[in-house]
Amino acid sequence: MDWLTEPFQHEFMRRVLVGGALIGFTNGFLGAFVVLRRLALMADSLSHSLLPGLAIGWILAGGLVPSALFGGALFAALTVALGAQLLARSSRLKEDTALGILYTVAFSVGIVLIGLFKVRVSLMHWLFGNILGLSNTDLWMIWGISLVVVPLLAALQRPLLLTLFDPTVAASQGIRVNLLNFVLMTCLVLTMIASLQAVGVIMLLGLLIAPAATVYLLCDSYPAMLWGGGLIGMFGSCVGLLLSYRLDLPSGACIVLVLGAIFFAAYLFSPRYGLVRRLRRARHFHEESLARWPGGDGGKSA
Amino acid sequence: MTLRASLSTAHGLAVSDLTVSYNRIPALHHIAFEVGCGQCVALLGPNGAGKSTLLKALAGLLPRETGRIAFHGREVQGATQDFAYLPQREAIDWDFPTTVHGLVEMGRYLRVGWWRGYGREDEKAVDEAIAAMHLGPLAQRQISALSGGQQQRAFLARALAQQAHVFLLDEPFTGLDKPTQDNLKQLLRELRDQGKLIIASHHDLASVRELFDQAILLNGELIAAGSVGEVFTDANLRKTYDTPTFAGPAPQEHQHHHGPAHH
Repeated sequence: MDWLTEPFQHEFMRRVLVGGALIGFTNGFLGAFVVLRRLALMADSLSHSLLPGLAIGWILAGGLVPSALFGGALFAALTVALGAQLLARSSRLKEDTALGILYTVAFSVGIVLIGLFKVRVSLMHWLFGNILGLSNTDLWMIWGISLVVVPLLAALQRPLLLTLFDPTVAASQGIRVNLLNFVLMTCLVLTMIASLQAVGVIMLLGLLIAPAATVYLLCDSYPAMLWGGGLIGMFGSCVGLLLSYRLDLPSGACIVLVLGAIFFAAYLFSPRYGLVRRLRRARHFHEESLARWPGGDGGKSA
Repeated sequence: MTLRASLSTAHGLAVSDLTVSYNRIPALHHIAFEVGCGQCVALLGPNGAGKSTLLKALAGLLPRETGRIAFHGREVQGATQDFAYLPQREAIDWDFPTTVHGLVEMGRYLRVGWWRGYGREDEKAVDEAIAAMHLGPLAQRQISALSGGQQQRAFLARALAQQAHVFLLDEPFTGLDKPTQDNLKQLLRELRDQGKLIIASHHDLASVRELFDQAILLNGELIAAGSVGEVFTDANLRKTYDTPTFAGPAPQEHQHHHGPAHH
């Protein structure tokens, strides 16, 4: 028991766990929209685009100034997202190709800038996260962003559901689909910025979509995907952070490993859509089918 | 020939001068017709004649280049909850995590608005819609675990819960076997008898007389609109199906469309 409770005795570790729980919940909650809209590639692009933004923020401010990093990351992610749409609409390219090109270019720009300007930050921290570097400012930002994103999306969940299910019909019913998409994307970028310190650019996507994908394999309820995803994300983050503290391993990897384990458990053992269930159900229902006729023999005796 | 006869626009749908274009090539050209409520209307024409385009334009899914649409004497601008558009089955993500009940509930969300709670009245409307479409025993099924006919009924129930008056259906009878088709026919008649206006694109000319009261024949232009007995004639069908659809003035391969008028 000591193994579990000891970390909570440090004020610092309590702060880390609160931050991790908030990030986990917000990401898990948002993940439902990403999974249902098939926006995983878009989300991955956005997260990678944060890197050049951070580098530019660092260079312009001449150091680790939170507001500059925040502004740079927001600017870079929105530029890539809107740029991909522009590229796709003004050429014959599809949006996934446009995104793929833009985000890898942006990521490379980030790496080059960090090298050229001798940005004195360990690249590893931005790529893989280092929750031990969680400052008070970071924690306040996590609180602020979570308290905007989750209530906003919860309030919008009905029009969002209609939009996710069928955007054209939703538009015909007077829902402002483009505005909702923009709100969703902005929430996505804000949440990523909040999560950066804990999980890093590379592992963000896992924290975002693994919880929602897990619930998607477990049940057929949209509200369950939102709130259940949030709870799984929260649980996975806390367990991951404890492991990371105990074993002295990078926090992002630990969190995503825990969430991955939960996901694979659902993939295998989900009572409704799990692999084991599918394999076990592979018998034919001959008797049941024949039982539809009187006599139960397919009407052969009649 | 438009149906201007004795109809008063106060009790139906009136379309005038409707033009819808894709890349400046009109798919529908100055279409005008009127239909009263309480009718099943078939939308007929060859592929590319603008059947889906007309449905989508009525639903407010496509911008109109010209034209007015009036329902119950009031001009319809863009989106309206009085119209329910039922997309073709391929357009839907059947793995979406929702049950029949959840799908029908979506029809209420627009009525409910953002903030107001989802009340007993809404729950009642959902239950009634499910019962009317005979989906009671299937209410908790995930939507991919339904047959084609059941899926159609689930979407009709959603439109009912939305309290739509005009049902716009894209090829609802396609791919249904005979009993399922009869079942859908029966349900559409019940809706019609409640005063709903049903407009459905349809390509099986053999079943038009059995399934519909009115017909609109389209080939980019309006060929005819009126009661099936009046307008569903060999002459009109030839005019509708034997003319190549218009795909712009550029030279292109000649297209043949065969209707049963040939056979």
